[in-house]
Amino acid sequence: MFGKLTLDAFHHSSMIIVFANVIMIGTGLAVVAALTYYRKWGYLYREWFTTVDHKKIGVIYIVIAMIFLLRGFIDASMVRAQQASAGPGMEGYLEAAHFAELFTGHGTMMIFFMAMPFLVGLMNIAIPLQIGARDVSFPLLNAISVWLTAAAGALVMISLLVGSFSEAGWSGYTPFSGLAHSPGPGVDYWIWALQISGISTTLTGVNFVTTILKKRAPGMTLMRMPMFTWTVLCTSILIVVSFPALTAALALLALDRSAGTHFFTSIMGGDQMLYINMFWLWGHPEVYILVLPAFGIFSEVVTTYCNKRLFGYTSMVWATMAIAFLSFGVWVHHFYTMGQDPLRNSIFGIATMIIAIPTGVKIYDWIWTMFRGRIEYKLPMLWTLGFLITFVMGGMSGVLLAIPGADYKMHNSLFLVAHFHNVLIPGTMFGLLAGFYYWFPKVFGFRLDEKWGRHSFWGWLVGFYVAFVPLYMLGIMGMPRRMVTYDNPAWHFWLVIAAIGAMIVAYGIFAMFMQIYVSWRDREKNADLTGDPWGGRTLEWAIPSPPPEYNFAVVPEVRDRDAFMEMKVNNRAYERPAAYEDIHMPKSTPLPIVIAALSFVFGFAYVWHIWWLAGLCVLGTVAAVIVRSFNEETEFVIPASEVEADEDAFHRRLKEGGVFEHLQYIEEYGDERTPQGKFVEPTTRATSGLPG
Amino acid sequence: MASSPSHDLNRVRAAARADTEVNFGFWAYLMSDVVLFSMLFLAYVNLSQRYAGGPTPGEIFSLHGVFLETMALLASSLTFGLAMVSLHQGKKNHIIGWLLATFVLGAFFLWHEVSEFVHIIHEGASFDRSGFLSAYFGLVGTHGAHVFFGMIWLLTMVAQVALRGLTPAIGSRLARLSLFWHFLDLVWICVFSTVYLPGLIQGGSA
Repeated sequence: MFGKLTLDAFHHSSMIIVFANVIMIGTGLAVVAALTYYRKWGYLYREWFTTVDHKKIGVIYIVIAMIFLLRGFIDASMVRAQQASAGPGMEGYLEAAHFAELFTGHGTMMIFFMAMPFLVGLMNIAIPLQIGARDVSFPLLNAISVWLTAAAGALVMISLLVGSFSEAGWSGYTPFSGLAHSPGPGVDYWIWALQISGISTTLTGVNFVTTILKKRAPGMTLMRMPMFTWTVLCTSILIVVSFPALTAALALLALDRSAGTHFFTSIMGGDQMLYINMFWLWGHPEVYILVLPAFGIFSEVVTTYCNKRLFGYTSMVWATMAIAFLSFGVWVHHFYTMGQDPLRNSIFGIATMIIAIPTGVKIYDWIWTMFRGRIEYKLPMLWTLGFLITFVMGGMSGVLLAIPGADYKMHNSLFLVAHFHNVLIPGTMFGLLAGFYYWFPKVFGFRLDEKWGRHSFWGWLVGFYVAFVPLYMLGIMGMPRRMVTYDNPAWHFWLVIAAIGAMIVAYGIFAMFMQIYVSWRDREKNADLTGDPWGGRTLEWAIPSPPPEYNFAVVPEVRDRDAFMEMKVNNRAYERPAAYEDIHMPKSTPLPIVIAALSFVFGFAYVWHIWWLAGLCVLGTVAAVIVRSFNEETEFVIPASEVEADEDAFHRRLKEGGVFEHLQYIEEYGDERTPQGKFVEPTTRATSGLPG
Repeated sequence: MASSPSHDLNRVRAAARADTEVNFGFWAYLMSDVVLFSMLFLAYVNLSQRYAGGPTPGEIFSLHGVFLETMALLASSLTFGLAMVSLHQGKKNHIIGWLLATFVLGAFFLWHEVSEFVHIIHEGASFDRSGFLSAYFGLVGTHGAHVFFGMIWLLTMVAQVALRGLTPAIGSRLARLSLFWHFLDLVWICVFSTVYLPGLIQGGSA
């Protein structure tokens, strides 16, 4: 009846896990109680659980990301605390199995449930607005994606209570992740959490490829797309052609574990290396899936806060495409030491080093954009500067590791751990946070507090260096990754420093949540009346904050790369049409949460081999989709009068915010400022972006 | 809003084009499916000689059965093509007829495949016998599962055409199902030439 699920699954030997469960269940119950007390369930259901609005879906993604940022960070801190308290003559406070669950959980959550949802959330918020669209191409599919991610996250969460999580590392290498070596439910939880979130991401990729290629406002040619849109296009293409590799690898691993097949086993003709090849065929493009959109965010931020066009836009586009293309040709550098011949290693080593070239092009483009610009040191700009300096360092250590000979010494050591944190934290996390600060006023209509934001920035930046420079040292000193305890006294000092670094980062995270609270408390004072708080250059800043459901009352006509800045300079910003038209928008629907709930139960049932329940969930999903396909009334109409009333209110706020005087100024003096603070005539701007 | 039947038919034809926004999205999905299958082909090619002392392709494949299967699936692509021709002519009953013919051919294919699987398993050559057999069942089974879902989709579309007639939404869906069905045919040709043909040529000698 209940497959392998017995009461034993609820028994935890470690008091720490029992305590974590008490906290998790307590928080959950408190949230449920509060929502019931304030009678918010109806509101949540109507406005959030059933929504197909890309902006709200983006917010849900980021909420998921924030929850998992906390959980992933707690795991990281526990790993750091264990290594700081273990060592010669010291045991630390964790059992080896629990320690393994922690580093596995940390990697899995940070990649799949923090970075990816955060990224997809920002894509959802910004892309339709940047290209002048009213929604994504497939709003329903989009809602299904977000709730599938939530379902997958819930599987990770419940593994804490029922059973345990994987101990096989975030990459789940075979044969260790096979049934022979990991008989418990942990790896199965890991498989199905990744499988469901991976399918969600694939659907997102399909959605955004179509949205960007098919839904751009008239006049927006490919080479007029904002840089963030370009990077998201490349990332979406990478998603579509790389995530199925992960889907296949996980599906075959699941078959090995539950049906007794021999794809990746070490007996009966299985091939362990096949898994590792398939995993990194997805895994390496995934690195660029995470980092390219962050590059796009930095490009938007640099141009906005330097009041200049992007330097070398064309080279930036080509560099992005080159990185996306090359990302498929380097996966073997993740396992130089696994026995292929030196020629093959050399080819992949050279391919890896070549990626540094387009990346370098990007770095110089940003630097040249800043050169002789009037830089405003707002929060997103701070994160960008922090990124530039830190990321270059991480990239350098990557080039070092790309040399197969050097990698033989350094692979599987803390040097590698330091390297990938040194690219992913500035490259992805700083980019996501820059984007978060940049677009937050657009979504919520108020700015985030600068003071707490600065505390957060310095906490992250200083904490990062204190936590990860010691790991480089330890790697060179020969310390392998993932050690629960060790007997080399020379390592202990650096591990204590690294743990202090984690505490400084903790302050940065605390300051960020303080910042959100403080800004929400003072939201009247921080209000963004005009929808254009930063003097933006792209279309999302041409509409109110928060935008109406339909985004654009009139679909804009694009005449330049910096579409909104061109409108401001040529005095066509905020133009009103003779008459507004009715707007058709997709209706809300409970289908996405139904499918997500069925997926969650399916995953849980598969983990515990409750086959009848898993079968029912598949049937239920197919039935739900078929029933939906007979529903033809999927749209509703927003009448022109309502659109006009919204626009009237917006124009009153524009007046109040003093926008029209400002526009007059831009029209007379142009949009680019010299270091002396003077405006340059628009006609003298070199279109190549060279500083004029 | 009254409109002439020919005007309506033009809207259905436009919706059934392969380059509309929705259908473009479906192409993008198919690309992801190409990668999924290519991973399974990768697994098969990699494991195809790992018999672990178990049966070899020559001992379990029969050209006769595979030939019938292949012909049925190829013919089903033809019947689906004729369903799309009927769509462009606006002949509702013809569409239903050709879709049902496609369904029958698909069912024949699937029935044949399943009975082949059952036969192989009864001979003691199940998917847990060797790396080669795992990869064989994994690849051919995934294709079969796609055909199965395609058949559920076919029946749904038969019901929709019968109940709703020819609307642009239904024309658009039929265009996507058509892409899906032809795609499965293409994949099968790759399966035939990667799995069965070399398996039968090399035979049991390996």
